Amino acid sequence: MRHRFDVRVGPVGFRIGADWRAPIAQLADLYRDYAKPADGIPDFTVRLTATRPWRRWIRPSVAITGDYTLPEAAPLPLAQGLLAAEMAMNLQMALGWRRHLLLHASVVENNGRALVMTGESGAGKSTLAALLAAQGWRFMGDEFALLDPDTGALHPFPRITSLKNQSVAAMAAIKPDARWGPLLAGTPKGDIRHLVPDASAISAMDVAAVPALLLFPRFGFAAAERSVPASEALVRLTQASTNYTALGEKGFVALTRLIASVPAVAIDYPDGDTALALIQRLMR
Amino acid sequence: MIYCAPPASALLHQPLDAFTAVFHRSSGITHLLVPPAPQILATLSVEGLSRDALLERLRDEYDLADADPLALTARLDELVAAGLVTQRAARA
Repeated sequence: MRHRFDVRVGPVGFRIGADWRAPIAQLADLYRDYAKPADGIPDFTVRLTATRPWRRWIRPSVAITGDYTLPEAAPLPLAQGLLAAEMAMNLQMALGWRRHLLLHASVVENNGRALVMTGESGAGKSTLAALLAAQGWRFMGDEFALLDPDTGALHPFPRITSLKNQSVAAMAAIKPDARWGPLLAGTPKGDIRHLVPDASAISAMDVAAVPALLLFPRFGFAAAERSVPASEALVRLTQASTNYTALGEKGFVALTRLIASVPAVAIDYPDGDTALALIQRLMR
Repeated sequence: MIYCAPPASALLHQPLDAFTAVFHRSSGITHLLVPPAPQILATLSVEGLSRDALLERLRDEYDLADADPLALTARLDELVAAGLVTQRAARA
């Protein structure tokens, strides 16, 4: 690869190579305070390559590849190269990581107690994690919760936060001094901007936390709250996991232990303030 | 027809609420079962039981007043389809 950047996020080391300088420079800036892979050996390699040799220069088009690839992954224009890198990093985790049970969820921590929020795209798990982080909670990640099958602890994976559409302006107003990536307009997921987590989240990315609450938030509805039965939580979390099947018995034991040990609650919320008030009460 | 349960070591049971999660080690599949399926699995042995013998055991162990042979056949067929119970012909 012509251009390369290595980074470690929590326990996972990535090597990202690209045919172009721009996405690597953006990654290097956004991840400048992160560590490098342990012993210089990454777990995963991500490659941002031109879909055809001439597409390096003519209407540059970034193919999302790496150790693990999906043939149907659509290429992105070079202006969205940073998003391509983030998607490719997610793909490596989703398809290749085996050391933890992965849940597609955001995680924040307060006083050693971790809140796990999972839901479909648009449920607000990234936005809620960022809002809680702005209130002093430790941001542990908003893409994957890494559940240790041996200890039941959650390990941080505090990647840069991908905020979409109206969440970008809302968060910029709340955190005017935050570091941001470039605005990526018109992506398949809408307008996206990446927010760099607080220094405290990055410096504590090797510090695990004990799960305290499973939350299934849903944005855009009148405030409501209900307890989620263990069986429903199991079904929803197996659907939210990218490697539950691959982990086999370890995944079953880890997930059923998590569900047995913490309450699970579904909330509907019309705005961030309502959600934060609900969460503060539930975490007491 | 004789219905046989897998050996106890083949399954992991985790009671949840009305459901019991069962992990089948040999297939790697997680099943969510509701009564009477967990009770059927607990009552059947590796050696197996006929439907009528199983019905008798369930009636004794769980005080079933209105045990229905046809309903039990349906539940057994579901467990066979799920791979949690095997069936073999009864020896003459």
